[in-house]
Amino acid sequence: MSGRVIQSLADGIDRAVSAPLRFLQVLGEMLMLLGQATLWGLRPPYRVGLVVQQMEFIGVGSLSIIILVSVFTGGVFGLQSVEAFRTFQADGFVGMAVSLTLTREIAPVIGALMVAGRAGSAMATELGSMRISEQIDAMATLAVNPIQYLVVPRLIAATVMMPVLTMVFDLCGITGAYMFVVGVQGVDPGPFIHNIRWFTDSSDLLMGLIKAVAFGLMVALVGCHQGYNTSGGARGVGLATMRTVVICSVSILIIDFIMTDILISLGM
Amino acid sequence: MFGGRRAKAKERAAAAAAARSERYQIQVRGIRKDFGEHHILRGIDLDIERGHINVIVGGSGAGKSVTMKHLIGLIKPDEGQILVDGEDIVPMDDFALNEVRTKFGMLFQYAALFDSMTVEENVLFPLMEHQRRSKSLAEMKEIVTEKLHSLGLFNIEKKYPSELSGGMRKRVGLARAIVMEPEILFYDEPTTGLDPIATKNVDEMIQEISEKFNVTSVVISHDMASTFRIAHRVSMLYKGQIIATGPPKEILKNPPDPLREFLVTSGTVELPPAGEDD
Repeated sequence: MSGRVIQSLADGIDRAVSAPLRFLQVLGEMLMLLGQATLWGLRPPYRVGLVVQQMEFIGVGSLSIIILVSVFTGGVFGLQSVEAFRTFQADGFVGMAVSLTLTREIAPVIGALMVAGRAGSAMATELGSMRISEQIDAMATLAVNPIQYLVVPRLIAATVMMPVLTMVFDLCGITGAYMFVVGVQGVDPGPFIHNIRWFTDSSDLLMGLIKAVAFGLMVALVGCHQGYNTSGGARGVGLATMRTVVICSVSILIIDFIMTDILISLGM
Repeated sequence: MFGGRRAKAKERAAAAAAARSERYQIQVRGIRKDFGEHHILRGIDLDIERGHINVIVGGSGAGKSVTMKHLIGLIKPDEGQILVDGEDIVPMDDFALNEVRTKFGMLFQYAALFDSMTVEENVLFPLMEHQRRSKSLAEMKEIVTEKLHSLGLFNIEKKYPSELSGGMRKRVGLARAIVMEPEILFYDEPTTGLDPIATKNVDEMIQEISEKFNVTSVVISHDMASTFRIAHRVSMLYKGQIIATGPPKEILKNPPDPLREFLVTSGTVELPPAGEDD
């Protein structure tokens, strides 16, 4: 009896210790991958074609889902705000509330969550399949560095396209809010637009875009790291994909909190 | 920064020239590799003869594939040296290793073709990466077609790997491996999963390529019949160590027990009774 208790206690301690160690190990591996990608990215040949191809996949490919989600996110946020602001007979300020929240928080965060689910998971699956079928090893034996060929274009493309998608999210979100708030709820369009222009400035937009750059890089890094280090056959690929979505989703929210705190303290 | 790298490369080349062996293209000295608590390689010494077919045999889990991955530089050993033309690849960084790998070609067990590319794009890939500046696309495509034809592959350029049979995929993999005319060709279990006729064809292909292009071939196999048909030099890997090495005839004179068991069980080679020397 006491033996079993000691054993389960030891297992518990082992699990408690191994989880943070595993986290640090994965973090270290990702930073090393980023370092290697930076070194290989600075070295010719510069694979512009592959970067454009990835930009098309991550950016253009995610456009429809970003437009759809942003219109409804802006719309629902507008509707909720109208209810709240009407209490104080201040529904003219709904436009301001929507645009500030979208540009500073919602557009980069939800946009990144969408890209993580769509493009980040696809990166993990594609690279994972290539790893288990030895295609990555084959590439290395052909004297083509797989990090330069596979990882670098994805990191660049995601880092560049995420801010673009965030701007699209901003625009469509505000349009969605306008449609539901002005068109359905009958709020006066004059104050709605005037307050957006009056209260939202470039620093709000910049805050969202800075976050988007960080999220884009992080999503691609996690997707590539998980895919590149896949093992264990088809199950391994499935786990890599799942881990990518989970790690990205959690990290986006944590990084968002930290970045918001830093950027506000910098006066944004 | 680049001056330092160039100076290092010069130093390396000079040291390699001094250590280069005319007879052996690859020399492995005491490599050890552990994965966690598993001791996979326990001090391997191995010589790969230049211009010959060198076969490494061994049972499942003997460490054959891990050994080959060490030779290509895909895995770093915990200990030991791997000299390719006198140059130790173990301490090399990725940049230097990439240069050494231009000498290599490899046929993977399941071909490892890029499944998002057509057959033509697969074979074209190394040329596009390394000879884009010196050759036009038309010239490169001509080379691809010629290589495919030389391996008996016709009108499959636009097909995807998923549309090909296992044997055809292997031949496309071989076409991709030889398209850059490498000095050293690695084959990872080239006959696994093939019927006897296809196995014989692959054996003949390995011999033909070895003779035609005078390449050094390193074959990993557990197919004894195939091994003794094509090998100029056989090395037996057992429990992470090389327990016998030499020309097939010499090996067969007095094989160590694990190899004897392997040969007798496979029933492909006739042996003198145990303990009987010539």
